[in-house]
Formats: sequence, structure tokens, C-alpha cells
Amino acid sequence: MKFIDEYRDPTIARGLVSAIKRRSERLKSGITIMEVCGTHTHSINRFGIKDLLPDNVRLISGPGCPVCVTSIEDIDRALLLAKEKDVIFTTFGDMMRVPGTGGASLEMMRSDGANIAVVSSPLNAVALAEEKLEAEVVLLGIGFETTSPTVAAAVMSARKKGIKNFSVFSVHKVIPPAVKILLDDPKINVDGFLCPGHVSIILGTGAYSIIPEKGRAAVITGFEPLDILEGILMTIDQMAEERFEVEIQYKRAVKEEGNPSARAAMDSVFDRAGAVWRGLGEIPESGLVFNSEYKSFDALKRFDLPAIDSKEDERCSCGEILKGLMSPDQCPLFRSVCTPKNPVGPCMVSSEGACSAFYKYR
Amino acid sequence: MCIAFPGKIISIDKDNYAVIDISGVRRDACLDLLGEEVNVGDYVICHVGFAIEKVDEELAKEKLSFLQELIDNEIY
Repeated sequence: MKFIDEYRDPTIARGLVSAIKRRSERLKSGITIMEVCGTHTHSINRFGIKDLLPDNVRLISGPGCPVCVTSIEDIDRALLLAKEKDVIFTTFGDMMRVPGTGGASLEMMRSDGANIAVVSSPLNAVALAEEKLEAEVVLLGIGFETTSPTVAAAVMSARKKGIKNFSVFSVHKVIPPAVKILLDDPKINVDGFLCPGHVSIILGTGAYSIIPEKGRAAVITGFEPLDILEGILMTIDQMAEERFEVEIQYKRAVKEEGNPSARAAMDSVFDRAGAVWRGLGEIPESGLVFNSEYKSFDALKRFDLPAIDSKEDERCSCGEILKGLMSPDQCPLFRSVCTPKNPVGPCMVSSEGACSAFYKYR
Repeated sequence: MCIAFPGKIISIDKDNYAVIDISGVRRDACLDLLGEEVNVGDYVICHVGFAIEKVDEELAKEKLSFLQELIDNEIY
């Protein structure tokens, strides 16, 4: 595939690995680089990148998987919405197997007869509402800045078409406030960030200015092995030279200014509000809720959900793993109790979760 | 979740939807979120039924030749 295959060239990859080794010798001490994107987590594990790095360069995963950072309360709300009478609950496939309080998941509810459909685009959910006028179609709106403009565009198209039986349960989150929390947490020692390539297509470089301000490296990185290796190399250079800035490795897709049209779509439908992240707790201004103009599309306003006493499984370490404080194999449940077939926490469910990627490729 | 793929635009209809060839598989993608005009033959990054950015082919080529040069001449 063009723009994919050439970024897997083994000769160039070997060269980049040598370059990383040589340039890392200039580092005064060991460094830790965090990736804040589930697609990076998956690629890093899939291509065995950690094994190619010198001992003084450590990679850890952060809160980059939207499924993984969704709070247990929001999972429980999704399960309740899917139970509502006449509802067709639509979701991206990743969410189907995430357990709520007590272990139930959308997949289990579907086996029990709930009307739950997996969609590959928010536009499919709008089309379904158009087709099934007798039903209430609810879309689970999940994802970071890459995805939220697409859900906003789908909502705008539903309004334009006068579709009344469509609503969205928004658990959308935005990345920069979470990065700020990580930077401010004295327990989390990260020297540089591989910033998420596709989120940055939308955001551009400006959203990460806080990273160099706090004396950390930031490189917006693509997803193929050569991209990731070069992103690591650029991070090492920033560290060694103590030259902190937001650089773009993934230039074929990411522009300095991002995609203002996509941001405008997101901003015309959603406002920022506080949101609870699994592992990180409530972060101000980090969630997307419907603004007053589009509030009629808010599923939480359309359905009157009962109060829920949500509880995470106490044995699960996803919270620590999402902050990079623990690696998946340090969790006592990993591989014994918690497996992709029988996941206890969301990091084992999503293919982009740190635990699932670690399980599959290690 | 933020997974997205580069694909080539095969056709564009009057509603601003394109047929995209992603590694031999044809998918529809809405072009409404793009900030710039695209044409048949351009590559775009596709995510959940939308094109979210045009691929800059020049920069892509430059990057590869830069890396190749770095490796060939061991400039590191």
C-alpha cells in the first residue's frame, strides 16, 4: 500500500536503529518517552520496537486509547442506553467487549437480545436512523480529536436532513488537558512525548506548546516502523541538545496549523466540559458535550437514565497502566485471569490497549 | 481507535463524497472535513468514513530520500 509499505523498509529501519544507538550515547542519563496514542502502542508492540532500543531509552504507554480511558460510569451509562425500549444502540466495534460494573458488556447484552449494531462510520448510524423511523438510534460517540469532528459532521448532517430519531452519547475527550495532567504529576517522569499522528492532523502543533514549556521533548509521529524510529531519534536529539520544541515527524499528513475545517466542525457542535478519565480522574475541559444549539441530539437528555452505583473491578491495574506507572506484565491479573478472551479491564479489550498489545506481541 | 489509512481518490460525486481505493478495497468517504480542494488521483487520510487530510506527496518523497541519504552516508 502506498505511503505504508515504503515506511517499513528494513534497510532504512536498521540504519535508524544504528542512528538511535549512536545518538543516544550523547544523553546524560536514561530517558523515558511516552506515546499518547493507542495506534502507536499497537505499532510499537507489533513491530517489536522496544527490543531495538538501547538500554538508556525506555518507551512507556500513556492514556492514548479512547476505549481504555472511558470511565466505568460511562460504560455503565452506555449499557443502560442500549437497554432502553425501541433503541438501536450503535457503536464502533472496540467498545463491544468492555466490561461495565459487574462484568456485563454490550456484546453480552446483544446475545441477550438487545438491539446493538457495530458501525464503521458515524454516518452509518445516521443512515440507520433514516431507514428505521420507528426506532431511536443512539450512537456512542467515542474518540479523541481524530474522531470527534466526524461525529460532529454526522450530527450536522442529521440536523440538515431533519432526522429526529438520532442521538449521540458523547464520551469524546480531548488530548491536551490530559497531557497537562501527566506533565504536572510528579510521580510520572516522562522526558519526551511521541504525540499522536492522527489527532495532530486535526490539532496541529499549537496544542502541545505546554510540553516544551515544561522542558520536555515533543515529536508528532506517524505509525509505521520508520516513522516511530525517526520520532524516537528526533526526541533523543531534542533531549541531548536540550532544545525543546514541538516537531513534526509525520509531515506527509500533519500540517503546523492542523485541519481548521475539522476543528470548526467539532467546535460548532460541542463545548468543552470536565470529564472523568479512567486512571486520571476528572480533568477540567477535557470532555466534549453538546452545545446549546445541538443539545437536542444529546442522548443523555433524551433518555432518563437511573442513578448507577458504578464500580471498577478492584483487582484491575488499568488506571496505573494508563499513567505509565506500571507495565502490563506487572499486573497480577495479566495473562492469568485477564486475557483478550476474558478481559477484566479495558486495556485488555481494545486492540490498542497496552495490555492487549503486550499480550499479543510479547 | 484513531486508526486511519491513506487511500487514492477514484471519483468524487456532487454531494462531496469520494470513492477511495485503500489497498485495493473501495470505500466511500465524505470530503466535508477537508480544508482544501482535492481531486481524483490525490491521496487522502481516511478515518471512519471521512477524509481528514490530504497526503502531501512531495513531503513524503522528500522524507524518504532524506532517510535514505542519512542511512547511505551514515550521517548519524
